[in-house]
Amino acid sequence: MTELRLSGWGRTAWSTSEVVSTSDVAIAREAAVESGPRGATARGLGRAYGAAAQNAGGRVIEFLDRSGALPIDLDVETGVLRASAAVSIEEVLHHSVPRGWFVPVTPGTRLVTLGGAVASDVHGKNHHVDGSIGRHVERIGILLSDGRRTEIGPDLHPDWFWATVGGMGLTGLITDVVLRMRPVETAAMRVETRRIPDIDSMFTVMSEDDDSFPYSVAWIDLMATGRSLGRGVLTVGRHASLAETGKTGADTEYRTRALLGAPRVVPNGLLNRASIRAFNEMWYRRAPRKPEMSTESIPAFFHPLDGVRNWNRMYGRSGFVQYQFIVPPGREDAMTSIVAEFARGGIGSFLAVLKKMGPSNEGMLSFPTEGWTLALDLPAGSDRLAPLLHRIDEMVIDSGGRHYLAKDCHLMPWAVRAGYPRLKEWQKVRDEMDPIGIWTSDLARRLDLVPMNGNGRFEQSKKKDDL
Amino acid sequence: MVVNGVGEISTVWVFGGTSDLAIATVAELARDGIARVVLLCRDVKRADGVVTMLTERHPRMEVHVRPFDGSDIDRVPDVIARLTADFGDVDVAIVAHALLGADVDLLGDATGLRELGDVNYTGTTVVLASVARQMSLQKYGRLVLFSSVAGERVRRANVAYGASKAGIDAFAQGLDHVLVEHGASVLIVRPGFVRTKMTTGMADAPMSTTPEKVGRSVARAIRSRKRIIWVPAQLRWVFMVLRHLPTWLWRRLPV
Repeated sequence: MTELRLSGWGRTAWSTSEVVSTSDVAIAREAAVESGPRGATARGLGRAYGAAAQNAGGRVIEFLDRSGALPIDLDVETGVLRASAAVSIEEVLHHSVPRGWFVPVTPGTRLVTLGGAVASDVHGKNHHVDGSIGRHVERIGILLSDGRRTEIGPDLHPDWFWATVGGMGLTGLITDVVLRMRPVETAAMRVETRRIPDIDSMFTVMSEDDDSFPYSVAWIDLMATGRSLGRGVLTVGRHASLAETGKTGADTEYRTRALLGAPRVVPNGLLNRASIRAFNEMWYRRAPRKPEMSTESIPAFFHPLDGVRNWNRMYGRSGFVQYQFIVPPGREDAMTSIVAEFARGGIGSFLAVLKKMGPSNEGMLSFPTEGWTLALDLPAGSDRLAPLLHRIDEMVIDSGGRHYLAKDCHLMPWAVRAGYPRLKEWQKVRDEMDPIGIWTSDLARRLDLVPMNGNGRFEQSKKKDDL
Repeated sequence: MVVNGVGEISTVWVFGGTSDLAIATVAELARDGIARVVLLCRDVKRADGVVTMLTERHPRMEVHVRPFDGSDIDRVPDVIARLTADFGDVDVAIVAHALLGADVDLLGDATGLRELGDVNYTGTTVVLASVARQMSLQKYGRLVLFSSVAGERVRRANVAYGASKAGIDAFAQGLDHVLVEHGASVLIVRPGFVRTKMTTGMADAPMSTTPEKVGRSVARAIRSRKRIIWVPAQLRWVFMVLRHLPTWLWRRLPV
């Protein structure tokens, strides 16, 4: 157990927690049950951008398979995978791709644990077709605050299951996951890339139902304005067939060697408006005007940023903010206004991604729902950032949308109350699963997700207004 | 202090929620973003104006008012427990409540003396320590005490007040020695003469300042690592000299 300063991937909002690092459920249980008045928070690989996996003054249980020694049980006939929640998607893919199976959903990084993936109900480039990961989970093993470990699933205590999928680790510590994988013939992707000149064209093209390419995402140039507002590069893909490449997943080694690492110390302001504008122009022009096909490896298509270890350091000491939200279908006008607001906002972003989203699952606090999502990185440290984000918050909520808690680092409670109509329902189930009030996090406290200081854990004053 | 990813504060507690200096500080902090403010004061009705002002300027900010009697020392730990139960963690706590004791006759009013000492010194030590305890559990927090130059060297005009400020100032400095080991810290604010409700009708002093100026300086200092600030800043040097004046000269000064 060590006292550590922790933050999210954005490297902002640091706090001090007592960290227990283990992949052993018995040790995790002890750490949870004896966690003290500040409670406990589960942590995986720390890829949540905000403060979801840290606990100021409290305990953090880093449930992580550092040695890569945890077994992965993949039934090669049925594609059902059983593994500890401490195992990462990277480890899963190393095991499964050579055997002809792929994860049904992956976020933009494979460096997340299965536990973290379920707790954030991650979605990927195929959300509009395949939904988020929750749809493909058969069972979750979960450690509750009283030390009990129990199993839940869509058919086994479904309310507990759907409170845990997308529940940001606040219902319990996820110990095991049973996931339905999907068959793939190769370790390659067939990819079509094209330039799109503006946001309206973007909406039109992305709305065309194209069954041949289940994976689809657009990079948006957030610095472009005027007629080029929302111009970008659309990438669609599908798994390559054996006929196309001649090599199975077992033949092609699934290589995920990181190509380089970001330097330890990066001067602040390396990524500024000028450098970002230059990058965006280059990136846009690089893409072909007409659709062009190519073949890419799985890591290159799904997880390009994982090729640069610790890329989050490029933003320097003040870190950065990830902002992701959804606007409902039919509200493309709201998305256009928001893109315009960012373009005007004076804070450059070079990583902005637009995607069409499909229907939601039954997760009460799960983010993905039908509509359009925009996810972008913004350097922190500018004092124009807070007012800009608050203006955008209002626009998102006004349009009937909501924000992704796994990315959030700045929202105030009203935006979660307004964006998640099932919040109270979720809180009720959560309190049922955690009556002692152990599971918490800095995020949960900032957003009022869990009862203040735990129900019953502290002596509550008797009468509210009597002093 | 743990701020969110864009430098905004979650929760501010204000003891002495109708104090002009505290209000000015909160108003300034709110411009950079606060999610929730809890004002604690003796007479909650008097806070209505503050609540209106803050909620008009910042419609998304939650503003709560709670009764707080600085002389009811035994209740203080319970008050703090109630605050954490209702509002959770505290990022910034401002302690600004005090009695001026202008009508306390030093030689004749033992009760008045005692009351002032209870509120300004003894009670405030318990408030500071109780809040510090919560911050030590959180491993973060900024505890702000409104002290005064009146404590730097006591004047005939406000002996009891000045002396209580001298005492609480020293206590806060000591508390900081303990708090920093837990990741939180104390900020002591020493304003000079400020034109406020408390000083209405009193003759203006040289280098006097306004609540707005104090608010700006304090808000800036809260976000820094500063331990002690003087407002205006040059008072530090002024008092460095004044402290060493011979007594007969000090007594003659029109300050």
